[in-house]
Amino acid sequence: MFNKIHDNIFRALNSDFLYSFKHSPVAIVSFIVALTLVLGAVLAPFYAPHNPFDPATLNLMNGFSAPMKPNQFTGEVFLLGTDDQGRDVFSTILYGMRISLFVGFAAVTFAMVLGVSLGLIAGYVGGWLDALMMRIADVQLTFPGILVAMLIFGIAKGFTPIDQRDQMAIWVLIIAIGLSEWVQVARVVRGATLVEKNKEYVQAARLNGRRSGGILIGHILPNVLGSVLVIATISLALAIIAEATLSFLGVGAPPTKPSLGTLIRIGQGYLFSGEWWILLFPAVTLLALALSVNLLGDWLRDALNPKLK
Amino acid sequence: MKKRTQKRTLVKIRNLDRLFDVSKPFLNRIIEREERKILRAVDDVSIDIDEGETFALVGESGSGKSTVAKMVVGLLPPTKGSIEIDGIDLSDKSKIKELRKLRSEIQMIFQDPFASLNPRWRVEKIIAEPIRSFALEKNEKAIIAKVAELLTLVGLDPSDGRKFPHEFSGGQRQRICIARALASKPKFIVCDELTSALDVSVQAQILNLMKDLQDEFSLTFLFISHDLSVVRHMANRIGVMYLGRIVEISNSKDLFENPKHPYTKMLLDAIPDLEMSGKDRNPIEGEIPNPIDPPKGCTFHPRCPFANERCRKEIPMPIKSDSSIITCHGVEEGRIGKE
Amino acid sequence: MSEILLKIKDLIVEFPTRRGLLRAVDKVSFEISKGEVLGIVGESGAGKSLTGAAIIGLLEPPGRIGGGEIIFDGQRIDNLSDEEMRSLRGKRIAMIFQDPLTSLNPLYRIGEQLIETIQTHLSMDNKQARTRAIELLDEVGIPAPETRIDAYPHQFSGGMRQRVVIALALAGEPDLIIADEPTTALDVSVQAQIISLLKSLCKERGTAIMLITHDMGVIAETADRMAVMYSGQIAEIGKTYDLIRNPKHPYSVGLMSSIPAIKGDVKRLVQIPGSMPRLNNIPKGCSFNPRCEKVFEPCYVKRSPLIEVGNSSVACWLYDEEYKRVKAK
Repeated sequence: MFNKIHDNIFRALNSDFLYSFKHSPVAIVSFIVALTLVLGAVLAPFYAPHNPFDPATLNLMNGFSAPMKPNQFTGEVFLLGTDDQGRDVFSTILYGMRISLFVGFAAVTFAMVLGVSLGLIAGYVGGWLDALMMRIADVQLTFPGILVAMLIFGIAKGFTPIDQRDQMAIWVLIIAIGLSEWVQVARVVRGATLVEKNKEYVQAARLNGRRSGGILIGHILPNVLGSVLVIATISLALAIIAEATLSFLGVGAPPTKPSLGTLIRIGQGYLFSGEWWILLFPAVTLLALALSVNLLGDWLRDALNPKLK
Repeated sequence: MKKRTQKRTLVKIRNLDRLFDVSKPFLNRIIEREERKILRAVDDVSIDIDEGETFALVGESGSGKSTVAKMVVGLLPPTKGSIEIDGIDLSDKSKIKELRKLRSEIQMIFQDPFASLNPRWRVEKIIAEPIRSFALEKNEKAIIAKVAELLTLVGLDPSDGRKFPHEFSGGQRQRICIARALASKPKFIVCDELTSALDVSVQAQILNLMKDLQDEFSLTFLFISHDLSVVRHMANRIGVMYLGRIVEISNSKDLFENPKHPYTKMLLDAIPDLEMSGKDRNPIEGEIPNPIDPPKGCTFHPRCPFANERCRKEIPMPIKSDSSIITCHGVEEGRIGKE
Repeated sequence: MSEILLKIKDLIVEFPTRRGLLRAVDKVSFEISKGEVLGIVGESGAGKSLTGAAIIGLLEPPGRIGGGEIIFDGQRIDNLSDEEMRSLRGKRIAMIFQDPLTSLNPLYRIGEQLIETIQTHLSMDNKQARTRAIELLDEVGIPAPETRIDAYPHQFSGGMRQRVVIALALAGEPDLIIADEPTTALDVSVQAQIISLLKSLCKERGTAIMLITHDMGVIAETADRMAVMYSGQIAEIGKTYDLIRNPKHPYSVGLMSSIPAIKGDVKRLVQIPGSMPRLNNIPKGCSFNPRCEKVFEPCYVKRSPLIEVGNSSVACWLYDEEYKRVKAK
């Protein structure tokens, strides 16, 4: 057992993958930025100056404090200033990022599970089932993803009781974004499956009495995971932006539990009255987050593509 | 040389047909007013393979030899005709238990040693797959021992089982494929272009290994190849295919010393002369026609120097003589072969 | 001996990788005379294709020429600029690749491709070039060239396509054609046609050919001289007849006898144990030493230079006079 682990670690350290990472400054910087942001968000409850979701800790008198300047009433100093309700912008960003990242990861996981299984089945079974699934995918692709998400969000909202809407909003958001992204995943997986299923190792497995399920999970899935990993990373950036867009449009995370998009929506109202920090800092954070994840995805695609080596 | 004292037919292939629908999708056909296009990849093929012998199918691309191979192992259902192995019809659904056992006794080794091994699996897992799938060993310990034995048998080291396929060369990978094929204790192995992806020096190793294994386990081989020198080295009997049909079946020795069908002669004549005897060769004109729209009558007639009116119209039927089968009007009429 | 057309001296092709510099072609030297066919055989990875690519300046980065000289018709060409190389390529040195499909642009009629190539290299107006293109197609044995010239590549069969590629290579009237596995993708019966076509065309025009292939039969049929390559080096070079009938390097001996014969009794094939070393794992001394049955002390220390033995040159210590004497004692 220990040997096996040791083996794997040795292989990983020695791999071309790590080598390519070490030789790509973009990948290293993106990785550091993304890691800092993610860790910063995850560990927020341990070090954030206060909890913006807890109204009891808020003091309305602190509203509209400029960054690094003592508040004119209370004299308190806030790193990135405060918003209209006296919430510390630094803390709201940290907590907002938690929501953005949670929605992003959950939506991508949902899209992956759906896309990978449907893509595998469509590619392996083929025939009318494949045609049906791919036509549905085609139809969905003719609408912009954000529109699909809004549509699903709207319909789902209509079915939720009013008192539970705020609570359910996050979950509906996840499903809406996930459903708008499964198509890309399914298409990539289906393409990879079509290539793999005609390879001779799959035929050999069939000859050796393996059933379709075993072949799909044991043989084909591990070999399409590489391309899934790439698309998952890029989808994560897209999902974070989609969540921000929806929240910005007011159909996403509620103001009581603001995500980065909600914060930007709140902030843009004060842009022209001089309180620029309420908009700028959440926007920069969103940019950094989406960009670093996206660049990582790009690097991953190149690193895993043997043709570009 | 092995003596074949009693001949028992292990594989009996009768009137095998395989059609492929290669037409465009339904909508395109309607818009472009095209008819369905059917490709007859295999046309009325009958072969008997005796236990312990190596039967080779040779032919150029599009001759249908690989399609026959896939049907014989059950990867592709035949359109018509029957395949009987060890007395059991492959399409006989009433004998599920016997069929599953039979499955473990039929194996195939493929052309491309890079595509035939799952790149994410360790070699030991690859070789153990048939053992696990057919439940041939009782416990994990026995499986590990068996895998080590198989690796040694094909000339690899038991410690190679821990490695991944990409750590091996083409020849070594083909050895791994052979080990996997042997894992289920087969009687009958189909080798589809076994060595055509390998270099000559490695090819010699693999061919020798296959012969040794055949002697040790009294295996029966169906050997598919386009390389006549390899086929001559391996096979007891040879079937020559052209555009989905068998044009000649004969003993290896007779086929090379006294080829009867004009196509066989042409193939033999096209082998480059390594002896450097300096003899001049006249390469035969023409190429294999499009199999979607094969010539009428004998499909070889456009390239055949002996073709006459009958060859252009009438499909020749196989003529059986003592040890050979020939499908040619010219040979039947005695026009060809009297030199 | 006739005039030397191409002279390669100590050519090195290397690839920088993270595991250091890999030498894929290691100090290869040979000459090709005008009108001569030189065959280069070797297993995959022996460096034969890279040698060809280096000569015509088509090495794919990160591969690069790491040393040595390539002298073509008295002029050094390994250090030419891209622009100068381009004017040489096609006009004086042409190349034929393994897969005829990838050498032809599927979107253009073959006539257009031929006429374009002719006009790049020779000053001809459209009408003259078209007439020349038809002549070329006729020469390479394409039936009804006047009508076939307006067909697209996909309308030709594999063998016919390779004929078109040969016509394209001949269009600039080159002095040297580098043919990299020109028959490998073709059916056996078509291979023979293409070989005899290449042979006769080059004899008529006095074009030299560097024929790269793994197929000993093709070389035996075509080449005047041949070189056997092993892990980036020339193991043996000499007259084809001598090399095939009487190979001297233990690797050539093994290679020749591992080919199944098509005459005589079926015997067990002679096999060379093991396989060619990977580039990052080439043994010290003679790179063939782990597989060689005649290996002795000097083989582990230093690689042998090419030693002249009869009509051939062999890179093997067995033929070194000094070691011969030592061994005799």
